[in-house]
Amino acid sequence: MTAASRWDRPPALRRECEVEMCLGIPGKIVDIYEKSDLRMAKVDFGGVFREACLDYVPEAKVGEYCIIHVGFAISLLSEKEARETLDLLQQISDIEEELGPGFGTAAT
Amino acid sequence: MKYVSEYRDAARVKATIDEIRRTVTRPWTLMEICGGQTHAIVRHGIDQLLPPEIELVHGPGCPVCVTPLELIDKALAIASGPGVIFCSYGDMLRVPGSNRDLFSVRAQGGDVRVVYSPLDAVELAVQNPGKQVVFFAIGFETTAPPNVMSVLHAQRLGLANYSILVSHVRVPPAIQAILSSPQNRVQGFLLAGHVCAVMGYWEYPPLAQQFRVPMAVTGFEPLDIVQGILATVRLLEAGKIEIANPYSRAVTFDGNRPAQTTIERVFMECDRKWRGIGTIPMSGWCLRPEFDAFNAEKRFAVGAIQAEESPLCIAGQILQGLKKPHDCPAFGKQCLPENPLGATMVSSEGACAAYYRYGRSIRQPA
Repeated sequence: MTAASRWDRPPALRRECEVEMCLGIPGKIVDIYEKSDLRMAKVDFGGVFREACLDYVPEAKVGEYCIIHVGFAISLLSEKEARETLDLLQQISDIEEELGPGFGTAAT
Repeated sequence: MKYVSEYRDAARVKATIDEIRRTVTRPWTLMEICGGQTHAIVRHGIDQLLPPEIELVHGPGCPVCVTPLELIDKALAIASGPGVIFCSYGDMLRVPGSNRDLFSVRAQGGDVRVVYSPLDAVELAVQNPGKQVVFFAIGFETTAPPNVMSVLHAQRLGLANYSILVSHVRVPPAIQAILSSPQNRVQGFLLAGHVCAVMGYWEYPPLAQQFRVPMAVTGFEPLDIVQGILATVRLLEAGKIEIANPYSRAVTFDGNRPAQTTIERVFMECDRKWRGIGTIPMSGWCLRPEFDAFNAEKRFAVGAIQAEESPLCIAGQILQGLKKPHDCPAFGKQCLPENPLGATMVSSEGACAAYYRYGRSIRQPA
């Protein structure tokens, strides 16, 4: 994490009053274990590690990415969906390149 | 795939904005619900990169902003009491109550602690059996699953010294209230991605149909936000009333069913007062009566507290998308982040704080 702005850092590294509740961030599960009846994980946020509860995403496995929010995984990220979104975007860029900068201006 | 850098790529953001420019043929007013998105939009200058036809107005999705003053005063009263460890997410500490904030309670000797997760507060209750540990459980649908889990966990552990002070709010009733206003100008919504990660988006099609307003489930990175805008503009231009989901890597239609089931077990719907807006029917969650033992409002006799807002502040109109921060005569003058008159200047997710921080003190030419 070089030259990252303060808002790019995970919550742990921000000032106390900036530990926000709303910004869930993606993290990679690196270890899964039980702790007082809860399914917990060690999660890697770009080199910073924190603990998160996996009770709401029981299907999550080591190596997968989740949205982690105030110490809880709330959503398992789908690599397939992520790739499809980026591929669709690539198609837009390809069409634009092919047709040149004037493409689309006739519509306005 | 790291799920971060791909969505901060300037070339992809530019390609999407170009596509918005090609798609739009007339003016549209969109509202982003979530304060985290407001912050990202202003920080990255996304509103200034959009074609002039697109206006973004900022919604009420900042939990710190909408938590009612009376509840903050209750938190201050509980936190000042003897034998109490009061735990909160950090961004609530600076929010002014009627005459002080949680930081000043701590300065006067109160035991106020910032926790990252409500499970940290449960852990504090385990470690401090002689103290009452109270967690300030505020937020939208995103913080509800962690907050209810803390109650169930405390119950499993047999803890008699853990309780939560609840002020939970929900997005769909807020959208309903905004669209029902005769002054409403919003024609399309960017839905809060992580609220939908928990709740899915099955609650929104009836709202979209009732008010003829399309919506797009939108994430938080710059590329996610412009893709949410593009999806909404495409629906508007095509005259389609649908819910698009360009944030499909994190959100499904059904959402997180285990989380929804657990919320329903612990919380029930209730009327809730929103700071600056007023009471919205059935817009909140509160603890079910069977969890009274974990309800801080039942455990501590704080009674009815009358609270007064600054007469200068227009936060309520800003939270409903009727006005922007620079429409307020006090913005950047009497009202500053160090001395906020209202909640939208307090939280970094508040529209006023975002505008102030990124130098948007002057109205942009249309």
